[in-house]
Amino acid sequence: MQDATSTELVATHGVMRRDAARGAVLLHATDFALDKSQRAAITGPSGSGKSVFLRTLALLDACDAGFVTWRGERIARAQIPAYRRRVAYIAQRPAMLDGTVEDNLRYPFSLKAYRDAHFDRDIAMRLAQAAGRSADFLDKFASDLSGGEAQIAALVRVLQLAPDVLLLDEPTASLDPASARSIEALVSAWFDADEARACIWVSHDPDQARRVATRHLTMNAGVLGEDKR
Amino acid sequence: MSGYQNLSLFDIGLAAALIVVNGALSVALDLGLERKLFVASIRTVVQLLLIGYVLGWVFAFNRWYVVLPLMALMTVIAGFAASDRGRRTYRGQRADSILSIWGSSWLIGAFGLFVVIRIHPWYEPQYAIPILGMILGNCLTGVSLGIERMTEELTSGRAAVEMSLALGASRWEAAQRPARQAVRAGMIPTLNQMAVVGLVSLPGMMTGQVLAGQSPLQAVRYQIVIMFLIAAGSGLGVVGAVVLTYRRLFSRDHRFMASKLVERKARKRAA
Repeated sequence: MQDATSTELVATHGVMRRDAARGAVLLHATDFALDKSQRAAITGPSGSGKSVFLRTLALLDACDAGFVTWRGERIARAQIPAYRRRVAYIAQRPAMLDGTVEDNLRYPFSLKAYRDAHFDRDIAMRLAQAAGRSADFLDKFASDLSGGEAQIAALVRVLQLAPDVLLLDEPTASLDPASARSIEALVSAWFDADEARACIWVSHDPDQARRVATRHLTMNAGVLGEDKR
Repeated sequence: MSGYQNLSLFDIGLAAALIVVNGALSVALDLGLERKLFVASIRTVVQLLLIGYVLGWVFAFNRWYVVLPLMALMTVIAGFAASDRGRRTYRGQRADSILSIWGSSWLIGAFGLFVVIRIHPWYEPQYAIPILGMILGNCLTGVSLGIERMTEELTSGRAAVEMSLALGASRWEAAQRPARQAVRAGMIPTLNQMAVVGLVSLPGMMTGQVLAGQSPLQAVRYQIVIMFLIAAGSGLGVVGAVVLTYRRLFSRDHRFMASKLVERKARKRAA
C-alpha cells in the first residue's frame, strides 16, 4: 500500500525470471521502483537481461518469483490490459498489421481496454509531423515502410494513447541516425507534455543513454545495478 | 448387367499388379519410390483385408459393447493421425486433437444416425461405423490443418500478437487474427469438396451404393446427408481444436507463452 503523496509508478518486488527450457536464471531477484518524472536508461551487454526485465515490467512474461506493482498495488489478472494501457512497451522490432499506417493507428481503439477512447486523426498527424513525416504518412501501406518509418509508426500508435509510462526496448537499435533522432524527439515531446510521466529506455549505446535519461542503470548477467555518480 | 459381382482373391491380385505401373514410373524417372510403393501396397491390402474381417465379425456379432469400443478406437486413431502434422507442436497437442475430433464427430454422428437416418437398434454397426468413419476422416484433415495453421501463424506472427498484448489487448483479442486464419484453413478443404462433389468426383460412398445395386437417386440422397454431416463435423472439430490450442498457448494473465511452442523432432516416417 502506498500513501497519496507517494510518487512511485511501477515497481518490482523480488522479481526473478528463469529460462523456460533450461532453467538458467535470466534475471536475479530484483527490487526496483520507477517514480514519476523519471527518465531511466538501462545499459549493458546484449543477453544480459535488459529485455527480460522490460518484458517482465510489461507483464509479457510470467515471473518465477516476486511481483510487479502499479502505484503501490499488485495488479489483478483482470486489470492487466488496463495496466498495459498505462505502461506501454515498445519492442525493438516494430510489428505492423496489414493495411495502412492509419489502420494500424486505429487498431488499439478496437480493443476493449480503449472503449472510452476514440481515434483522433489530428493527434496522429501532429505526432507524425513531429517525427518529420509528411502529410501522406498515415495513408502509406505498412508493408511499404522502411524499418525507421515502421518504428516511428509503432511509436505514434502508442503515444496517441497517452500512456503514463513508456518501456522502450532498444527502439533505435537497428535504425538510421535520422530515424533514431526522430524517435528520441517524439519520446522527449511526450515526456515534456506531462511532468508525471516516466520512462525506461533500454539502450546499448552509452551516448544515447546520456542523452535520453537522467537516471542510469546497468544490467550485467541478470543483475540490475544503479550507477551512482 | 444386374446383381452384384463378387471379387475373388485372383481378381484382387490382377488389380494389385497395376502397382507395377507405378514401380516402372519410379524406376524410369529415378524417383526412388520403389520401397515406399511396396510398403504402401502391402499396407493397403493388409489393412483393408483386416478391417473387412473385423467389420464382418462386428456386424454378425452386433452388440453395442463391441461396436462402441471399435468406434472409440477409430476416433483415437484419427486423433493421433491429426496430431502428427505440422512443424511445431506443444505439450498436450495430441490430447487437444483427440478431444476436438471426438467431441465434434460423435455429436454430429449422433445427429445423423439418430435424427436423420434413425437407425435401429441405436448402435446398428452397418450404419454407425461407416458414417462415423467418413466424418472422422474429414474431421481429421480439418483439425490437423487448423492446428498446424494456428501454430504457424502464432510463430510467424508472434511479434504482432505480443504487440497487441502490450497495447492492452486481452488474450482473446490478441489471438483472434491467427485463430480466424486457422479456422479458415481447416474448413476450406471441406468447402472445396462440397463445391465440386458430383462434378469432378463421385464420392466413394455413393459409388459403393450404386455398385451394390442401390438406385442412384437414393445413393445421392445419402451422399447429400453425409456431405452435411462431414461439413458440420469438421467445422466443429476445427473450431474446437483452435480454441483448445489457444487455451494452451495463452495464459489467463493475458500472456502468450511462446516457449510452449516447440519444433517437432525430426522423425522420418515410412510410407
